[in-house]
Amino acid sequence: MKYDVQLCEVLCRAQTAENTFDYTVLAPKLAEAAQPGQFAHIYVPGKTLRRPISICDIDKKNGTLRFVFQIRGAGTEQLSKFEVGDKMDILAPLGHGFTFDPNAHNLFIGGGIGVPPLFGAARQCGKNATVAVGFRNKDFVILEGDFRAAGCDLRIATDDGSYGHHGLVIDLIQDVHPDKIFACGPKVMLRAVTEFAKAHNIPCEISLEERMACGIGACLGCAVELYDENGETYMGHVCKDGPVFPAERVVF
Amino acid sequence: MADLKVSVAGVEFHNPLIAASGTFGFGREYAEFYPLSALGGISSKGITLKARPGNPAPRIAEAPGGMLNAVGLQNPGVDHFIEKDLPWLREQGVTIIANIAGNTPEDYCAMAEKLNDTDIDMIEMNISCPNVKQGGVQFGTSCAGVEDITKAVRAHCKKPLMVKLSPNVTDISEIALAAESAGADAVSMINTLTGMRIDINTKRPIIHNNTGGFSGPALLPIAVRMVWQTYQKVKIPIVGLGGISTWQDAVEMLLAGATALQIGTVLFTDPYAPVKITEGLTNYMDKNGVKTLSELTGAMRPW
Repeated sequence: MKYDVQLCEVLCRAQTAENTFDYTVLAPKLAEAAQPGQFAHIYVPGKTLRRPISICDIDKKNGTLRFVFQIRGAGTEQLSKFEVGDKMDILAPLGHGFTFDPNAHNLFIGGGIGVPPLFGAARQCGKNATVAVGFRNKDFVILEGDFRAAGCDLRIATDDGSYGHHGLVIDLIQDVHPDKIFACGPKVMLRAVTEFAKAHNIPCEISLEERMACGIGACLGCAVELYDENGETYMGHVCKDGPVFPAERVVF
Repeated sequence: MADLKVSVAGVEFHNPLIAASGTFGFGREYAEFYPLSALGGISSKGITLKARPGNPAPRIAEAPGGMLNAVGLQNPGVDHFIEKDLPWLREQGVTIIANIAGNTPEDYCAMAEKLNDTDIDMIEMNISCPNVKQGGVQFGTSCAGVEDITKAVRAHCKKPLMVKLSPNVTDISEIALAAESAGADAVSMINTLTGMRIDINTKRPIIHNNTGGFSGPALLPIAVRMVWQTYQKVKIPIVGLGGISTWQDAVEMLLAGATALQIGTVLFTDPYAPVKITEGLTNYMDKNGVKTLSELTGAMRPW
């Protein structure tokens, strides 16, 4: 099985930051197949379109998936109303995850709600991971305890300086010389990370998002402009070709 | 046991559910869920003579009771379809409809010629794509336009020819009549309604194309009404689509006059919808002593 739909019982629900919710669901079949960096397409009662939510962590032993998402609109707001014991209708795991060697020195760079998709891979890397994450202010900081518990070298920046470094995540990584970089967050951040990786000749993977319908590559809704091997541009799709892409393939 | 077989202009479908063009790619992604023979037929992603990159993102927006899309006919071109997709599709035990779109009558005719020599079962001529300036809709919104393009393609097309109609017209039944008189073997209706959504913070349309095609459950009553009006005018079979999400919707569409059905947007909400709708239809037929689906076609008793 590559992906499937499963009704998944909510085991834990917590609000962990401003408008941000942390769910763990029982999904043995989906967790077994899932890789860090993939995403789930979750049914919202009464809505036509599912909502793509990145997989924050996978526990194959206990058969659970964890999602940390922010309320962005009516759909995610409704998702945040699911209570412990409710069943979520989840289509997963979708797309390609991160390609990483847990024993190498990996640098994870995240911005805002782009941080959760990095967590699963960073946790597996443990102390081999440097994690640089940026948030709007201290009320939006998420997963700090989780990254620290995993043993990662965690660096935090906030836009207003209310917590950690006052400035951009890119300021936090100038002294890091990793084997590979993984990033997810706002487009401007991803562009800066891609330029940093290129300048230092470090392989880099970035995770993108786009409005999508089917989630599996059939409807061609979630288009993203990419470079092919010859440097020609073409329209790929976030759900099937991504959400993780080699940074140099993405047209900014 | 109820017989779900239907025949549209001599083309057999082992059940009446056809995956609507543009919602199902060329089938591979949905084959992960169930054998594609769960469907009676598949209408391919809209194919053009040459490959098309499609529109810039965003191409998708949620809407009350449905969604908007403006993919813009991204597809690998007819030759790629014939060489790479058709052989695989042919092995899936399902009737194959090639959905074609073009800029000019010559495009449509050239594609029909290429497809004559393949083993597709039927051509669905898309003259109703609302999302590209030159995607055929310029032919599809007037009776004269529909008649001309249908006549031209008919002369080159050896396969059964179905014309997919746009609802963005004054009287769709007149358009259906024009297609029939020009030699169409069937019509499929309805394509999406042109719609728009605006992001109130950025004051920009959500969809990069500004407008998009509205599909989903909210379309059902409009589609049912249009199928019913058309059923009273044309003799050729009607393939009904527009908002079908449940087996009850499917029965409604048949009663309004459809011979077969297409489902699309519901697949995004529930990929297993075809399996559920087929089961529901079978139960309905058994309970009501309906032996073949053709007994339901147009069987509504209007007031």
